[in-house]
Amino acid sequence: MKIKFLELKNISKSFGKVSALKRVNFYIKGEPEIVGLIGDNGAGKSTLIKIISGIHAPDCGEIYIKGKRMKNWSVVKSRAYGVETVYQDRALAMQQTIARNIFMGRELTSIFGFVKSKLQFSEADRLMRTIGFTSKVFASDSAVVNLSGGERQGVAIARAFYFKANLMILDEPTTALSLTEAQKIFTFVRQAKKGGTSCIFITHNIYHAYDVSDRCVVLDRGKIIMETDREHTNAEQLVKDMQKIAQSDGKVKEDINNGRS
Amino acid sequence: MVEHRIHIVISMSRYIEKNRRALSALLFFSITMIIFLIINPQVFLNPLMYKAIFKTLPMFIILASAMTFVIVSGEIDLSFGSVVGLAGWILVLTLKSGLSPYLGVLFALIAGAFVGFINGVIVTRLGLSSLVSTIGMSFLIRGLIYIGTKGIGTPLVYLVDTPFYNAFIGSIWGIPVNMFWALGFVVLSLLLFNHHIFGAQISCVGDNLESSREMGINVTVIKTLAFVYVGIASAIVAVQFTLTNQIFYPGSGNGLLLIVLAAVFIGGTPGWGGIGTIMGSVIGTCIIGVINSGIIAAGISYLFKEFFYGLIIILALIGHKLNKKRY
Repeated sequence: MKIKFLELKNISKSFGKVSALKRVNFYIKGEPEIVGLIGDNGAGKSTLIKIISGIHAPDCGEIYIKGKRMKNWSVVKSRAYGVETVYQDRALAMQQTIARNIFMGRELTSIFGFVKSKLQFSEADRLMRTIGFTSKVFASDSAVVNLSGGERQGVAIARAFYFKANLMILDEPTTALSLTEAQKIFTFVRQAKKGGTSCIFITHNIYHAYDVSDRCVVLDRGKIIMETDREHTNAEQLVKDMQKIAQSDGKVKEDINNGRS
Repeated sequence: MVEHRIHIVISMSRYIEKNRRALSALLFFSITMIIFLIINPQVFLNPLMYKAIFKTLPMFIILASAMTFVIVSGEIDLSFGSVVGLAGWILVLTLKSGLSPYLGVLFALIAGAFVGFINGVIVTRLGLSSLVSTIGMSFLIRGLIYIGTKGIGTPLVYLVDTPFYNAFIGSIWGIPVNMFWALGFVVLSLLLFNHHIFGAQISCVGDNLESSREMGINVTVIKTLAFVYVGIASAIVAVQFTLTNQIFYPGSGNGLLLIVLAAVFIGGTPGWGGIGTIMGSVIGTCIIGVINSGIIAAGISYLFKEFFYGLIIILALIGHKLNKKRY
């Protein structure tokens, strides 16, 4: 088995008196995989991905990339190791152009910091086509505010795609999308895996998670309470397990995981 | 042939869409000019009138261009009038101590940049509202000038026609040198705003602060640099202002605030951050400059000046609102 790309050990994080994550262990395999991260609101999904992407520092615990322990983990470091995050709010600047959004924070510049606008526009155009978002209505210099929900998601994904991620984290990418647009996202995620990129697919929707993931991880009240491979379950079983979890105040971890093994 | 025409139409419509705000300010400026030309063609076709406008307009152009950066970043700087006073005072102190006036300019620039830096740190590090904290800074600096000068001005008539004086407010081919300074500053601002990473990132920061941070933009540095830029612009204006008046008085720089802000907003930069236009701010300044001179030239009492300012600001903002809604 290849060495794990990412490994989090005993990660905890609190915000004031609220404990968002409690001694969480999480990993991404060395070979490309799609991991569905499922959980209710407040389960700690967003906190977990913000720690992986370096926005939040954990209160305690260790982060390993390819077996090497990371110290002073940050946004810059996570990007340097190929971790790209498409946030729930899509991290878009709505009044800016598609190209400016794709290259936000990592503009293509020449000497003295002048932006290579033409190159950015042509690259943005190419990226949007590659991931399947084409339109006669918008060009890469169109403002994001004029795009549909799916197209905006496309811009956020194009950003991660351009910078050739090893791990792409999609934070609830199908929320508020039409069925067709959600399917586009699934296709893209599978393509990305074929291209060698692992994905963490965060969602409330168990069917979406099952549809696209190789492995599902369930978070509840800051703890990972279930982990299952796709071949060991089905969407209906996952729904039943989740219902059990919701009804049992998070105390069924052993039951479910034992039943699975 | 047809395809070529379609291409031209598409390119033109994209250009208009991209520069909508500046173009609407230009349209407003043209209408104002036409009205004044009709009212008093003799005055408005006389180059001497523009020479007079060109003497004061550059100072406002420099300040409005710099202020656009801060407003696009989602902040505001209300202390620049006092920074003009402070930088002028530092220039005068340098002159009094017998040092080179050019060194005085350098010290004034450093002082302007330093106040901008402090403003930036207060807003970004301490998280205070720029609206309130820069008012505080304005009073603080002005108070310092009054205490330091004991309220007494310093005449600088002896500088008239020296190379130093001519370098800042002399004239070349009959055109006031201030205009070239303003031109240079506008070109620099246009390059920074439209083509440099600083302009790209400042727009993103003003548009979506949290996302900019998540995408790795150093929000603190970017916003602070915008305040520093206004500080530097204020120092340049301080030198021109002091030399133009041939006297430094402790209240110098008072009265610039509302005109500069009005110029930026008339020019089409909205107050909510994320978008703006340097050319629009320049045109906004020209609109105010022309109104100022036009009212007098048209034979209207100066008592009407502020009334017309207000009217035109409101009309321009309504025009921008109708031209393009926020979302």
